Amino acid sequence: MDQVAVFAKDLTRVFGSFVAVDHVTFEVPQGEIFGFLGPNGAGKTTTIKILCGLLTPSSGKGMVTGYDVNTESEEIKKHIGYMSQKFSLYEDLTVSENLDFFGGVYGLDDETKARRSLWVLEMAGLTDKTDTITGSLPLGWKQRLALGCAILHEPPVLFLDEPTSGVDPLSRRNFWELINDLASQGVTIFVTTHYMEEAEYCNRLALMSAGKIVALGTPSELKKKWMPESVIDLECDQLMRASELLQKEPVFSEAAVFGSSIHLVTLNPNEAEEKIRGILTNNGITIERLEVVMPSLEDVFVTLTSPERKLGKSDNQPRTYL
Amino acid sequence: MNIVRTLAVAKKETRQIIRDSRSLYLALGIPVMLMILFGFALSLDVDNIPIALWDQNKSPQSRDFVNRMTSSGYFRCVAQTEAYGQIMADLDSNLISVGLIIPFDFSEKIKKGDSTQIQAIVDGSDSTRANLAMVYLETIATTFESDLKMKALTRQAVQSRVVPPVDPRIRILYNPELISRNNIIPGLIPVIMMIIAALLTSLTIVRERETGTMEQLMSTPLKPNELVIGKLIPYFTLGYIDLLMVYLMGEYVFRVPFRGSLLIMFLVSSVFLIGAMSIGFLVSVVASNQFFATQLALLGTVLPTFLLSGFVFPIANMPTALQYFTYIIPARHYVTILRAIYLKGVGWGAILAPTVALVVFAVLVTTLVAHKLGKIQL
Repeated sequence: MDQVAVFAKDLTRVFGSFVAVDHVTFEVPQGEIFGFLGPNGAGKTTTIKILCGLLTPSSGKGMVTGYDVNTESEEIKKHIGYMSQKFSLYEDLTVSENLDFFGGVYGLDDETKARRSLWVLEMAGLTDKTDTITGSLPLGWKQRLALGCAILHEPPVLFLDEPTSGVDPLSRRNFWELINDLASQGVTIFVTTHYMEEAEYCNRLALMSAGKIVALGTPSELKKKWMPESVIDLECDQLMRASELLQKEPVFSEAAVFGSSIHLVTLNPNEAEEKIRGILTNNGITIERLEVVMPSLEDVFVTLTSPERKLGKSDNQPRTYL
Repeated sequence: MNIVRTLAVAKKETRQIIRDSRSLYLALGIPVMLMILFGFALSLDVDNIPIALWDQNKSPQSRDFVNRMTSSGYFRCVAQTEAYGQIMADLDSNLISVGLIIPFDFSEKIKKGDSTQIQAIVDGSDSTRANLAMVYLETIATTFESDLKMKALTRQAVQSRVVPPVDPRIRILYNPELISRNNIIPGLIPVIMMIIAALLTSLTIVRERETGTMEQLMSTPLKPNELVIGKLIPYFTLGYIDLLMVYLMGEYVFRVPFRGSLLIMFLVSSVFLIGAMSIGFLVSVVASNQFFATQLALLGTVLPTFLLSGFVFPIANMPTALQYFTYIIPARHYVTILRAIYLKGVGWGAILAPTVALVVFAVLVTTLVAHKLGKIQL
């Protein structure tokens, strides 16, 4: 049984009359990459701040590495790393001065600080930039340095609040490689993001909307559960006739001409593909291209957080892909 | 409190101060500039009052009178005139402050032993100056008159019967030459230290908030008091360098006598500096941005310090309510202490009350800052 690194039960935070975090409950085992996905203002950052001991919860229970967020924020701060969306480094200090400062603030002795700084520099690829003023580094490098500063003291849990906002795709991929390395060493990673491709990197995801967790599971579980329909993108000749023929089949919940192709929505892509091939060949229609498009997390995200959606209702109604 | 964490903050802050050469120049340049500006320009001594003279009499007696005036050092004759209108014109154009008219029968009446008059037209727009000019003039006239009487009596050989009127023998303590600079410099030091201290520290925390580093710091085990003390260390050192500079300028540029104990002065100054810098920190915690912080620091410290510390404007002349109010201005106590140490050379006993006030002030404000910092939530 894996050890629980982060645990929240009915965690709630109210600002005046605004409920920023509304009875949030989850568990993160040690070594997992746990993602928090949701639109701006959904309460992701507030949840992270509560778990980091920066904010006290209005009610509910939270434990981080065995310490209570209500009473032991001092202890929590010693055992976590936190990196905010702004990569909060001192831009007027050099790379090594930033490391020196954060090492000191985490109370490392000189020997540990030297060893860990070396490790961070290597990890971030900044070994030959130690005397560079941090403000003059490219954003992707700053971000890696910020990550390095947050893990100088080898925390078992790392909180990343939108760590890659504004960073170019290549740097973002490098960054996630670092995150994966850390996770494989047993560090629990708690990350918020609104980049869908980043969400795919997570072991498990919690989708937040208006302060509540509306869905929780692995990325593929979420897709399966909340977006069971696949889309088939079909190109063929006699487009209109093909469309008419296929619309009669009950396996497709939807069939519509979309530009020069037909979009077919179905719960069962394998059966549907066979049907299409059978019907069209029988009618002498040539298939030029047939592609099954798996639903993306973005679709799940949009579905679950769109305002007209009622909570708790599964999404099995036919939908149009236009 | 953790020493490693506190020192890490101190080291980081020092590096930032040194790297930001502009604010470093400001921190070291402003005190020198203020010292020169106020030390040389602000003199409350009224001397060399320019006068225009219309001597209608032109006798040895009138020349003697004018001589007494100019040789006193309080007056200098800038114009001789033969017309009343000229005196008025010179007063209008600020060329002179006093127009002196000696009547044509001045020597005649003296010779006859009659009372005689001279007319002085004084520019009253600067009331302090006008008052002083009148006092000087009256004093000179009185001595002139009594000298004449003595001469007459001596001539009449009745010296034995002469009993001079009350003759006050004045002994001025502490600043016997009544050089106003000796009073201004010890009062100026608190003003400079207050401005520098509050301005230096007023940006430190609000800047960390604006750049987001404050949030990062709060996620670390760093405690509010460690942050405040860590930040205080380099600024305190800088403040002390400033203090040393203004002290040395007072000593070697303005030649202000220093009669007291250097140790006491530097100890009391430490307490004052801590209090003054905590005010800056408080502003920095409360202010929402750096611009506002600077404004608040200037308005909240410079004005009250300048006006209510007794540096220029004597507290005794203020309305009673305002006099009580000055007790919460830390610079007021520091001015009192420095003047006492500089000019009177007193020890602890004489400055105990204002020193206690400074200590209380420093403790209160630092506590308030740590408390406010602890309550910041992001």
